[in-house]
Amino acid sequence: MTELFTTAFVAALISGGILAGMPLLLAALGETVSERSGVLNIGLEGMMLMGGYGGFVVALYTNPWLGLAGGLAAGVLTALIMLVFCVRLGLDQIVVGIALLVTAEGITSVLQRAQFGTTYPRLDAMPVFQIPLLSKIPAFGQSLFSQPLIVYIGFALVVVVHWVLGFTSMGLNLRAAGEKPQALDAAGVSVVATRSVAVLVTGGLGGLGGAYMSIVGAGIFVPFMTHGAGFIAIVIAMLARGRALWVLIGAMLFGMSVSLSTALQLVGVNVPQDVVNMLPFVAVMVALIVFARQAYLPAALGSPYTRGSR
Amino acid sequence: MTENAGTSVLGFEPQIGTPSRWSGWRGSLLQGVGPILLGLLAGGVLLLIVGRNPLTFYGTIVNRGLLSPSGVQDSLTRMAPLLFMAAGLIVAFRANIWNIGGDGQFLMAAAVVSGFGPQITGAFPGGLGLAILCGMAAAAGGLWTIVPAMLRAYYGLNEIITSLMMTFVGVNLANLLIKGPFRSQATNVPQTDVIPKDDLLPVIPGTRIHVGILFALVAIAMVHYVMTRTSFGLRLNVLGANPRAAIHVGIDVRRLTIVAFMISGAFIGLAAGIEILGVWGYVRADWNPNFGLTLFALVFLARLNALATVPLVGFYAVISMGATPPPEKQACLTISC
Repeated sequence: MTELFTTAFVAALISGGILAGMPLLLAALGETVSERSGVLNIGLEGMMLMGGYGGFVVALYTNPWLGLAGGLAAGVLTALIMLVFCVRLGLDQIVVGIALLVTAEGITSVLQRAQFGTTYPRLDAMPVFQIPLLSKIPAFGQSLFSQPLIVYIGFALVVVVHWVLGFTSMGLNLRAAGEKPQALDAAGVSVVATRSVAVLVTGGLGGLGGAYMSIVGAGIFVPFMTHGAGFIAIVIAMLARGRALWVLIGAMLFGMSVSLSTALQLVGVNVPQDVVNMLPFVAVMVALIVFARQAYLPAALGSPYTRGSR
Repeated sequence: MTENAGTSVLGFEPQIGTPSRWSGWRGSLLQGVGPILLGLLAGGVLLLIVGRNPLTFYGTIVNRGLLSPSGVQDSLTRMAPLLFMAAGLIVAFRANIWNIGGDGQFLMAAAVVSGFGPQITGAFPGGLGLAILCGMAAAAGGLWTIVPAMLRAYYGLNEIITSLMMTFVGVNLANLLIKGPFRSQATNVPQTDVIPKDDLLPVIPGTRIHVGILFALVAIAMVHYVMTRTSFGLRLNVLGANPRAAIHVGIDVRRLTIVAFMISGAFIGLAAGIEILGVWGYVRADWNPNFGLTLFALVFLARLNALATVPLVGFYAVISMGATPPPEKQACLTISC
């Protein structure tokens, strides 16, 4: 077993973990914000797909940075639908979420086939940003500290979300909207407005995660490319119980479980592709079964707020 | 849970206190048909964007799926598994159990049926073999829901997530089975052995439609009867409308949750069994018709009414068969068919 943990193996595990884990991290951070405010965003996967497609198209015609911004915007626009139906009109969040997912799957695959169905254009890899000294650390230095700038921004967002949720009045409002919306309403803060902001932030982060997948990760958009990542992100958010730092740990662990198979192939262990595809979901199920008692969701999650109703 | 949590499952509940203009059967009809028209409109806009004429596009679909004699038969054939699946979803959704892992249950059942199919139809004559295989399909589909069901019943863990995760596991596990133990030695393509055509479900005389559609209609009628006329159906409805009330009237919520989940999975497994034993006779690796989430929408348009799913499923069957190009349909061997 010792020769398994070679430098190459560790490096592949870390860089692969970041590559696969970053979209999960971004989306799960978004879902954390949304869940804390009381909106279960089942449409996250759809927002990621829209972000992935929108981001890819913008990046193809301009540059990767505008592409990432475009992905974020596409996610926000998709979240706008969720906002109108679930927060404003108070319809069922699960039904609307699934409808968003199916719609996003349909629209992106039709547009992709119509536009790129024969050409399959690819994007160049994003330039990496070497952090001086740190990137010289043997074994993991190169894979951890020589990444595109967006990776560091993603890590920074963990701190931002952690700070906003825990240490600002906005964060307090968000958590109140999820735990006891009546109290927030009585305090004179609009529950609908608070949840609206949360849903849009989720859409933006989900879209950014999707754009990362297509622009940084794959360099190409293919239909259904998120392949359940949005739902894994929801599980990560659930298990992290609304804490941003745990989201980071969860996302990286799941990212590594995805890249484990690639890393194993590097050292000559061959794994069937179906096992590779199955692995992250088995990991999620095992995590859910083991930590089933610990998974925590806010009290008012999933129920629309109507003033005066109990 | 808020007071209106139960009715909001239906999605369109009127605001409390204001009389609804859309109550009664006319309202229900409008709520069923209206969204479809809006959907067709949105699809038309999308078609315009990609540079197709929506009218000719829809016209072709209707021609192929409904107006041509073979098209109608294909559409009716396609309805059989969809109706079984709709029945399964309604049982779960009525009890407020979000079984959205239908595709995993479907494919696990499909793999089991086609994997054991050739031996069992060979060993048992005619109807008995088919009945055994259908039983196996129902068992496979039902068992694939047990983990999400237990997690929901005992830990209150959100079954949307868990059933969906099990779908991804199931789809890949079915592939592993088809490429591994169930793989046919007769061909290089990764697929199961083919059940001889004579051993498959018989067709309705004078048509190419297999009898599965009749079983499916019986299943739908049965589910409708159980949900509206029996105490078991009432218990499911109570559980769905208000779980706390369900506890107060003495319903064993845990047991009922698991039972409803497994019945739902069993119907979905039967859908796969009927499709394999009626149309295909084998399963090829990476085959996934993705019925699950499509039916999710249809079942909600039908407002969880089993009978109302029949025209909606018929409509979807016409679209899906009409959109399949004829050569693929004839061979019916393609992956997405």
